[in-house]
Amino acid sequence: MIGIGRWARLVLIGLPFAWLGLFFLLPLAIIVKISLARSAIGIPPYTPLFFDDGSGLKIQATLANFALLASDDLYLRAYLGALGNAALATALCLAVGYPIAYAIARSPGRWRLLLLFLVMLPFWTSFLIRVYAWLAILKPNGLLNQLLIAAGLIATPLPLLNNVFSVELGLVYSYLPFMILPLYGSLSALDESLLEAAADLGARPFRAFLGVTLPLSLPGIAAGSLIVLIPAIGEFVIPDLLGGADTLMIGKVLWDEFFNNRDWPVASAVAVVLVAALAIPILLAQKFLAPERAA
Amino acid sequence: MALLEIAGVSKRFGATAAVDDVSLNVEKGELFALLGPSGCGKTTLLRMIAGLEIPDRGRVLIDGVDVTALPPYARPVNMMFQSYALFPHMDVAANIAFGLRQEGMDRQRIAARVGEMLALVQMSNYGGRRPHELSGGQRQRAALARALAKMPKLLLLDEPLAALDRKLRAETRLELIGIQERVGTTFLLVTHDQEEALGMASRIAVMNRGRVVQIGTPAEIYERPGSRFVADFVGEVNLFEGELTAGFNCLALTVAGFDRPIPLPPPAGIALPEGAAAALALRPERLRLCRERPAGFAVAATVASVSYLGGASIVHLVAGGGRPMKARLPAGTDCPPRGAAVWASWSPDDGVVITQ
Repeated sequence: MIGIGRWARLVLIGLPFAWLGLFFLLPLAIIVKISLARSAIGIPPYTPLFFDDGSGLKIQATLANFALLASDDLYLRAYLGALGNAALATALCLAVGYPIAYAIARSPGRWRLLLLFLVMLPFWTSFLIRVYAWLAILKPNGLLNQLLIAAGLIATPLPLLNNVFSVELGLVYSYLPFMILPLYGSLSALDESLLEAAADLGARPFRAFLGVTLPLSLPGIAAGSLIVLIPAIGEFVIPDLLGGADTLMIGKVLWDEFFNNRDWPVASAVAVVLVAALAIPILLAQKFLAPERAA
Repeated sequence: MALLEIAGVSKRFGATAAVDDVSLNVEKGELFALLGPSGCGKTTLLRMIAGLEIPDRGRVLIDGVDVTALPPYARPVNMMFQSYALFPHMDVAANIAFGLRQEGMDRQRIAARVGEMLALVQMSNYGGRRPHELSGGQRQRAALARALAKMPKLLLLDEPLAALDRKLRAETRLELIGIQERVGTTFLLVTHDQEEALGMASRIAVMNRGRVVQIGTPAEIYERPGSRFVADFVGEVNLFEGELTAGFNCLALTVAGFDRPIPLPPPAGIALPEGAAAALALRPERLRLCRERPAGFAVAATVASVSYLGGASIVHLVAGGGRPMKARLPAGTDCPPRGAAVWASWSPDDGVVITQ
């Protein structure tokens, strides 16, 4: 870093750290603090961590909220339900997104920008409105059922809403662009002469894909999968609106604890465990992606 | 029967004819070079032989079999790419084994062949390295080993030495010839470097604007260029443009700025009509320079500058009418200083008459 002074360098490096500290670590610390408190009636609705009873500053912390998470299997089932639904959605996003990303990366240059724009187009409408739109499409007397009945394909409306189908549809629909973009990134960076070399060495197109394209797009697959999996695990709008009462996902449980039960400490404990659980795949991915980046 | 037969092959990209009605034969065991400036269609021709492009017209035959419509993976040829196109996620051994695995060869034979190939290119200790851990020269060897591993009938090399630095290029050129002799495979090489083509090839096809303009041995191409383009593109040349006239018992060339017509060598076969436009091509090393006017034909010139090259010197001259000329004098010859008035002379047999 020639021409940049010691202080300028500190500021440059310090800014992102300050940002993370202020908007990520500090809120996280507050959540951890609340998760160690007891529920109370008042504003805020939990007991303080530090208090002064006249004989000096005392700390009042409890692990009861975490014990509750462990004792009631509702939470474990909600975590696993979220993980299962999110993992399935990630796999479906990959299955749908890979051919799309591949087609965009292989399309002529003047088409690429337009196609990428189309992938991102849904972002111009509010996420909430788009999920509500699916509600209108999937409900028993909704657009899709009416269409199918009018076409004579079915006699009675199909149960399209409030089941795994509608939750997966909502998740895949909402998170597909996040899968396509990193996949497109790694597929468009693929040197076409490598595929020519594979063909020249006797590989038919499908074997060239398995031997060259697929392994070289692994970083994109890993990045896209993480970007879909992690927010999908914490998702609460989609299971709440499209999943009905039977769909158990941790994001919904968290929402209920906060806003219906007004039990901030338990809700915070749920959030802390979720963050800890999400950190594991992220750390694994970093370990997995690091040597690829060196190459 | 020729190993490779290209018959009337054309390929257009949009409005431009990349390859325009090219026909040529390559014999078994040859090291054949396609030489031409960038954009002359030589790489497109090579890619059509590999099957990476499909010709619009014409046929490609390898060992008598029409492969024009065959996909690349079904052809008995392999290519060494200009960028080497080594698979970055595989080590060198896996790169070399890739083609063999496609054939379904068993593991032991693959390992044996990979070992042979690594030894052939002197890379035996580098089988476990990834391409990004290799130097440019090592990558080139790995790419060569990979392309030779399947023992193709014909090896295509697209600018094989272009990515190497000058010194390494000269060494690798000799190595490539040595390897070709050892494995006996027919090599078809594409290059824009005339030195490379002259120094390596058994025969050369010079290409310009999608067409083959001359095919011959390096000596034929250099000594007997058939056109102004070949004379100018291959090596250094002095080109005298003029008009054919009858001289004393021989043909001569009237050149603007010269007081006397230049005597020409006896025409080889073709009758040249008097008054036709023609050019005399004269290699710089054929020029002799003297202070005194020699007997016979000579051109008066002034030395404009001298470039010392170590093994030789290039003397840039200005002759009558401001015409630039070049003379190449071997080291040890008395070199005239800048500004000196000299006489440039040559024997009529040293020049080549060009009408195209």
